[in-house]
Amino acid sequence: MMPSSPARPIRWSAALEAIGAWLLALVWIAPLLFALWASLRAPGQALDFSLAAPFTFENYRAAWAAAPWPVYALNTLALVSFTLVGQLVLCTLAGYAFARFRFPGREALFVLVLLQLFVLPEVLIVENYAMISRLALLDTIAGMGLPYVASAFGIFLLRQAFKSVPVELEEAARVEGCSWLGVLWRVYVPAARPVYLAYALVSVATHWNNFLWPLIVTNTPGRRPLTVGLSLFGAPESGVDISVISAATIMVVAPLLIAFLIFQRQFIQAFLRAGIR
Amino acid sequence: MPDALAPDPIARQQRRLQALYGWMLLSPALILLTVFAFLPAFATVWGSLYSRGTARRPAVFNGLENYADLAADPTFWTVLGNNFVYAAVTIPVSIALALAMALWADSRIPLRGFVRSAYFTPTVLPMVAAANLWLFFYTPGLGVIDSFTSLFGLPAVNWLGQPQTALGAVMVVTVWKEAGFFMIFYLAALQTIPPDLKEAALVEGASRLTYLRRVLLPLLMPTTAFIFINALINSVKLIDHLFILTKGGPNNATKLVLYWIWEMAFSYFDRPHAAAMTVLVLLVLGAVAVFQFAVLDKRIHYR
Repeated sequence: MMPSSPARPIRWSAALEAIGAWLLALVWIAPLLFALWASLRAPGQALDFSLAAPFTFENYRAAWAAAPWPVYALNTLALVSFTLVGQLVLCTLAGYAFARFRFPGREALFVLVLLQLFVLPEVLIVENYAMISRLALLDTIAGMGLPYVASAFGIFLLRQAFKSVPVELEEAARVEGCSWLGVLWRVYVPAARPVYLAYALVSVATHWNNFLWPLIVTNTPGRRPLTVGLSLFGAPESGVDISVISAATIMVVAPLLIAFLIFQRQFIQAFLRAGIR
Repeated sequence: MPDALAPDPIARQQRRLQALYGWMLLSPALILLTVFAFLPAFATVWGSLYSRGTARRPAVFNGLENYADLAADPTFWTVLGNNFVYAAVTIPVSIALALAMALWADSRIPLRGFVRSAYFTPTVLPMVAAANLWLFFYTPGLGVIDSFTSLFGLPAVNWLGQPQTALGAVMVVTVWKEAGFFMIFYLAALQTIPPDLKEAALVEGASRLTYLRRVLLPLLMPTTAFIFINALINSVKLIDHLFILTKGGPNNATKLVLYWIWEMAFSYFDRPHAAAMTVLVLLVLGAVAVFQFAVLDKRIHYR
């Protein structure tokens, strides 16, 4: 064996790989950077890359004035919280039942739940719309969120997490006089914290960004979430300048983007520890 | 047969209680799943067998006629073909890119944190926002791409406006959006692989490529399968950007199945045909589910 001879070729390939990685990274954030740049330039100068031309916040002012963004943002916030709270409660209960209770029909039910991973709410828009209108939930936050609350993915994740909790912990709590729900709350929920975190992050990102179903369910401007508002704002027939559209887009994506960049490490950690592979 | 072995009444009562609690815990989720997944699925099948009713003429049962109409409609075959191309291109490309990204984001290169964030960024953007960003690239004459190519004297191209390039332009956005998300799964999987394995392979004289092919890829197989299924589902469900970029045009060149369903149901108010198309999608997704449960799960073990 010759321990040091391949040192040079490895160095070279490492440098090449680093350059490849950086190039891809640049390409990947380029759309965002271009939009940021355009949003700060005067209309018509979106692609003027000379630093001499003036920077302006005029596009942001125009975008802000052109649509009820705070209302959209509040709707999105309400939608995301409604969906997440509902999901956490329902999936915890159902995951607990599947993980620790024995009853006839359990396995069949579990398969039925998993089927929902494939029978997507997105695909069932026609009949789900009929259902929501029958329930008089059109144009409401609940109407936008309810079809997603019984999340098969959440039930599955929490079942896996609860199953990996040692039964001895539960028995100890039981001996100390905990009820069924007490055990769930004191033993299982704390043990599954990273799974909850990972699931919550995925859920928030998904529903913050959801578009098609809210588009179908809402029909008044006062109820629309950010995504729907942005799509109407940016529609080519609205004749808005590309710089203003860029400003609006940056405004809409900034909160979640900043939050995720800050919590990125936790996000990946949470995925890791949740055992989502 | 535990029942035969346990005639003891206390144990039996315990079991009954267990069953009762189990069902009680499950009932909220089951009710919602029934209302928003199972009932609508059946209603879709049912609705696809009826004609489109009007105020004068109520809907009547017409068997498989809606399906026959679909098969006779050239748009149906165009849309199916588009979605097939969409899946056949975006799935492998995003998976390959996700793997490359994960390997790079996991290797010891300078600025690793920046690289990782950059790959990850599109994941947290709404698809409509992503579409807006890319619109800025594709706009003929004024867009980033045309401004760049005009430096070399190339003519302006209407990327989204001509059938030859529109679907490709849409697919670029999809890949851009989902590759970073899939990277996370690879990244999580890579960190469970012991580093000694790599050292051992390199000491044995294996090249990095051999290590990748012979050691890493087989170990990442379950992850790849998981990502594949997700990408497959995305190729049905990721259509938000069409609303911004092309609206299915030009000349149906970018119309995908779910977009077409939406259009039939909510623009043309033709629910029976939308339902028939939905049933076909459900059949495909059902086949994917069977494939996952029967073939992949045997190897991935959910315990």
